[in-house]
Amino acid sequence: MASQKRISKELADCSASPPAGMSITLASDSDVHKWHITLDGPVGSAYAGGRFGLIVSLPTDYPFKPPVVTFATRIYHPNVTNDATGAICLGLLKPEQWKPSTRVQSVLEAVRALLVEPNPDDPLESRIADEYRANRAEFNRNARAYVNKYATGPVTFSSAAAAGSAAGSGSGSGDATGGKAQGS
Amino acid sequence: MSSTAATSNKRIIASAGPEAAPPTPVTTASNGMDSEDDFMSAVSSGDDIQDDSDNDDMSGADDDFDFDDEPDPDLGIHKDIMQRKKVAYDISFKVYEPADIQKQQDVLIDEVNMILDISKEEAAILLRYFRWNKERLIEDYMDKPRQVLEAAGLAQVSASPPKLEVIPGFMCDICCEDEEGLQTFAIKCGHRYCADCYRHYLSQKIKEEGEAARIQCPADGCNLIIDARSLDLLVTPELRTRYHELLNRTYVEDKDQLKWCPAPDCQNAIECQVKKKDLDKVVPTVSCLCSHRFCFGCILNDHQPAPCELVKRWLKKCADDSETANWISANTKECPKCNSTIEKNGGCNHMTCRKCKHEFCWMCMGLWSEHGTSWYNCNRFEEKSGTEARDAQAKSRVSLERYLHYYNRYANHEQSARLDKDIYHKTEKKMVQLQRDSKMSWIEVQYLNSASQALQTCRQTLMWTYAFAFYLARNNQTEMFEDNQKDLEMAVESLSEMFEKPVAELQDPKLKVEIMDKTSYCNKRRVILLDDTAQNLAEGKGDRNLLALAL
Ligand SMILES: [Zn+2]
Ligand SMILES: [Zn+2]
Ligand SMILES: [Zn+2]
Ligand SMILES: [Zn+2]
Ligand SMILES: [Zn+2]
Ligand SMILES: [Zn+2]
Repeated sequence: MASQKRISKELADCSASPPAGMSITLASDSDVHKWHITLDGPVGSAYAGGRFGLIVSLPTDYPFKPPVVTFATRIYHPNVTNDATGAICLGLLKPEQWKPSTRVQSVLEAVRALLVEPNPDDPLESRIADEYRANRAEFNRNARAYVNKYATGPVTFSSAAAAGSAAGSGSGSGDATGGKAQGS
Repeated sequence: MSSTAATSNKRIIASAGPEAAPPTPVTTASNGMDSEDDFMSAVSSGDDIQDDSDNDDMSGADDDFDFDDEPDPDLGIHKDIMQRKKVAYDISFKVYEPADIQKQQDVLIDEVNMILDISKEEAAILLRYFRWNKERLIEDYMDKPRQVLEAAGLAQVSASPPKLEVIPGFMCDICCEDEEGLQTFAIKCGHRYCADCYRHYLSQKIKEEGEAARIQCPADGCNLIIDARSLDLLVTPELRTRYHELLNRTYVEDKDQLKWCPAPDCQNAIECQVKKKDLDKVVPTVSCLCSHRFCFGCILNDHQPAPCELVKRWLKKCADDSETANWISANTKECPKCNSTIEKNGGCNHMTCRKCKHEFCWMCMGLWSEHGTSWYNCNRFEEKSGTEARDAQAKSRVSLERYLHYYNRYANHEQSARLDKDIYHKTEKKMVQLQRDSKMSWIEVQYLNSASQALQTCRQTLMWTYAFAFYLARNNQTEMFEDNQKDLEMAVESLSEMFEKPVAELQDPKLKVEIMDKTSYCNKRRVILLDDTAQNLAEGKGDRNLLALAL
């Protein structure tokens, strides 16, 4: 399968020189289609000091179909659903915008950029987007409160942990990705 | 009359076959006005004044308007209809077949190709980018060609035709394949990928995403659009056909005055100049060569005389009131005594079985004699006791009864219209049978076809008059509307009755004349109703009282 070769190469490249503030592992050694990413909240953003789990699922038709990327850690952000799903709204992941030459590395960098600069014009959580626009101080306070509550312990990639009240209560290996990650 | 029916009129023959031209084209024939032609036109369809689809010129029509309300048994009626030239609800339109649509695009592409001195592929891409607005494209291009090309995804320029190439030491960035002799492809930007990946990419875009006009180079961040020649080189003939179909569709979809005929398997498009802002005043009914009649404004089946917005509201109300609709769906019940089917008509719950004369309550199916004089005594409604509840109930029941009044009639005609489709096929059989049993020719039995068409069209109109009436504020015009409605309904029901008579009776020449007369009378009543309603809508009457409730 063509995608195997591509994925192996990407994985090798990505592990050798991961994007800034990230580390990459496979969810299970036998499956190159599911990646676990640990992402440090970018310095200077409301998420600084937090550690976030990201799950990247590569569809069988990858790279012709876009990867599905979700937050495994709860995060307060206009472009991420404020629930255990952690779906992300990212233009380049939309099927009609996705290009097969785009690499996971670029996707991860785009996610990181989204933490530095949220995009309130294309929100998944319109209330948070409104707050981000109208009351930045309040938004920052809330975002940091979420960081303190969910993103300070060791990162877990189970949806149960993400849904739970505190990080670090990891149990099993729930699947938070599913097919729901395509946002607005 | 018999000479009329025997006239070998081309138009009639055309509208009789299954591949018929629309049953409508008539107006343009009005200059002739010889009595036979005139009559045939009037009865050949339930829709006499629609413009001929491939002739938008109405100037040939007679301007005289000597309308005469007396139903002239001979030709007067038909002549009158014909001469109500530019009726208020009439709308002109054209039908284009796939070849026409292709040709129009080719003409525009050729023009741009010549004027701007760019290749046809580029002209096509630019035109699609400018939504086929040739004037704006040329103006913008003359002004700042570079920006225009860039915006449309045509930045780089190269003259050589697209071809597959083998590049030594090449590795495909999509699949990471690097074996020797790999076929590769790139469009002008030079972003090169293996042919397999290119094909996979294109087939996914075309097949799964239905994209054609805006498929970009697969490279990250490159917005160069893949041209038709490159695509033709890469994909299978089947995909190529689909691609060109989709490209063709953008031409129609990008233009506000063009719409696809929504009939399944119909590939024609209709052009109509109606303005969106006028949709509260006119119902732009058009009819395709495939004989499908629909509203150009909202693509739904013909809904004259109700304006699109009213139709939308009505349909939404019907959907929202699904609970009510469920209630209505139990609109026919069996007589508790003899089990014959009884249809509830109107709001009265005191039912009397036509067959056995059994009297019962529609609500509870109990004996009517046990209910006293008022149906409000029905136990089922007494259950929730307390005056307050009863008042609220009575109130909502009044509005429900009102809605049901219109809904039942609407639904009834809708159902009949559906049955009319079956009737149409039965009609064909009848016509064959009639030819065999009598000495009538195929042409001579066409009056049944005309009757069937009149029934269908008039029922469709009647159905929407009830939705219309539901939103109608009560005033002088309402009465006129309801009178028109009643006249048409009575005419339709009596035509329907004659039409359903067995073949043996249909052989009676007297009945034939009656059916022909009734057919044209129905058509006439429909025209009058639509015309009066359309005039009121168009005039708006300042305070818009006609649709005060709805709009
Ligand atoms: Zn490839
Ligand atoms: Zn390119
Ligand atoms: Zn059609
Ligand atoms: Zn409409
Ligand atoms: Zn009975
Ligand atoms: Zn009762």
